[in-house]
Amino acid sequence: MYDMKALYEAGSVDEAVALRVAHPDAQIIAGGSDVLVQMREGKRAGAELISIYGIDALRGVSQEADGTLRIGSLTSFSHITKDPLIQQYINVLGEAVDQVGGPQIRNIGTIGGNTCNGVTSADSASTLFAWDAIVELTGPDGVRRQPIHDFYLKAGKVDLHPGEIQTAILIPKESYENTFGHYIKYAMRNAMDIATLGTSVNVRLSADKKTVERTRIAFGVAGPVPLRAATAEQTANGQPVSQELAEAFSQAVKADINPRDSWRASRDFRMHIAVESAKRAFIESVRLAGGEL
Amino acid sequence: MAEKFVKQYKTVHFNLNGNDVERSVDVRASLTDMLRNDFRMTSVKKGCEVGECGACNVLIDGEAFNSCIYLAVWAEGKHIRTLEGLLGPDGEMSDIQQAFIDEAAIQCGFCTPGFILTAVEILETGKEYTDAELRKLLSGHLCRCTGYENILRAVKKTMYKRLGKAMPE
Repeated sequence: MYDMKALYEAGSVDEAVALRVAHPDAQIIAGGSDVLVQMREGKRAGAELISIYGIDALRGVSQEADGTLRIGSLTSFSHITKDPLIQQYINVLGEAVDQVGGPQIRNIGTIGGNTCNGVTSADSASTLFAWDAIVELTGPDGVRRQPIHDFYLKAGKVDLHPGEIQTAILIPKESYENTFGHYIKYAMRNAMDIATLGTSVNVRLSADKKTVERTRIAFGVAGPVPLRAATAEQTANGQPVSQELAEAFSQAVKADINPRDSWRASRDFRMHIAVESAKRAFIESVRLAGGEL
Repeated sequence: MAEKFVKQYKTVHFNLNGNDVERSVDVRASLTDMLRNDFRMTSVKKGCEVGECGACNVLIDGEAFNSCIYLAVWAEGKHIRTLEGLLGPDGEMSDIQQAFIDEAAIQCGFCTPGFILTAVEILETGKEYTDAELRKLLSGHLCRCTGYENILRAVKKTMYKRLGKAMPE
């Protein structure tokens, strides 16, 4: 038995919003792999829960008329990895979420829950930052769309207004067109572990594959919220593809990140693996894009 | 003013090991609680109860879930399978259970039902996996007795047997 005060179940987005308005102090539960564990540990003991797990309309990946990829917020990690649209356009996201927890966790965990938690170590977060994802939020006043960079306010806190639930994650066509990316999770174990550092890089090369048209890089656990490394991106954008560029790009991330000491790893170690991961992920992204270096 | 907790129940309808069932459950119950207490599915073990160890694993609509972090009320309309559902009509064991015995993949047995149901999900895909892929697919279970080699071998052996292929040396 979980120590909860009450459970309210929503069968639709409208019902969820109405329940949010009626019970402003209640905690939203999607897959529950964080909320129920926290409840078991006593952190959320006695809370009221609004379960949105039953809203099947929020499951699945689709493509909108303008090419935008729409990932329903309740889509599980394993379904994202298996999805043909994800595999075709943003395979790196499927690979990143395939490194969350273990198989059973990937069947229950949702991308909406992963982002609404606001934790910097979320395996989906760095890739969503690196692809300029947009978060769709639905509330009593309708739908609003917000860039993921603005959605994360601080550690554990996201910009979810009263009455709102997250309904989708959107990947604009501009982000994924001709773009190839790679994610590196550094953790102590291969399964059932939280990232010491997460690094997601993607590149778009020129038609002759000789020049980096655009590169994007984001980290998890390099700061209190996931972050982009703008200096590194500027270092590589418009430059000819080479090993030297990979080196310069990866060294530049040091100007952008601010990791902390924790029991999991020291700041210095995180700085070290950030540079190394940036380099490896950049090289792999260039390779996936058809470039040689 | 302290608010009094009001007990809250819900009737849940689902299919358990091939049979349609219904039960009125306390909304605070986990699926592990309901399967063990209301249906005597004691193969569903209470291990860590925080989704780490995989001892409470069941198949829901064909996918593996840790039932300890799954609310009982979410079972509504689902097809749920536990180890008990693998028994044949005369109580005979399935091939994967026999393989666990043959390969000495069991010692205390506490992790075994969970492992076997994940193995069932793997085997029912009908695909051939590499050792590395199998290790990853089995990685959501902790065994504190035997280690994992015998378990891996039991799953691999059954996979090749079902595929009608010889197991590579």
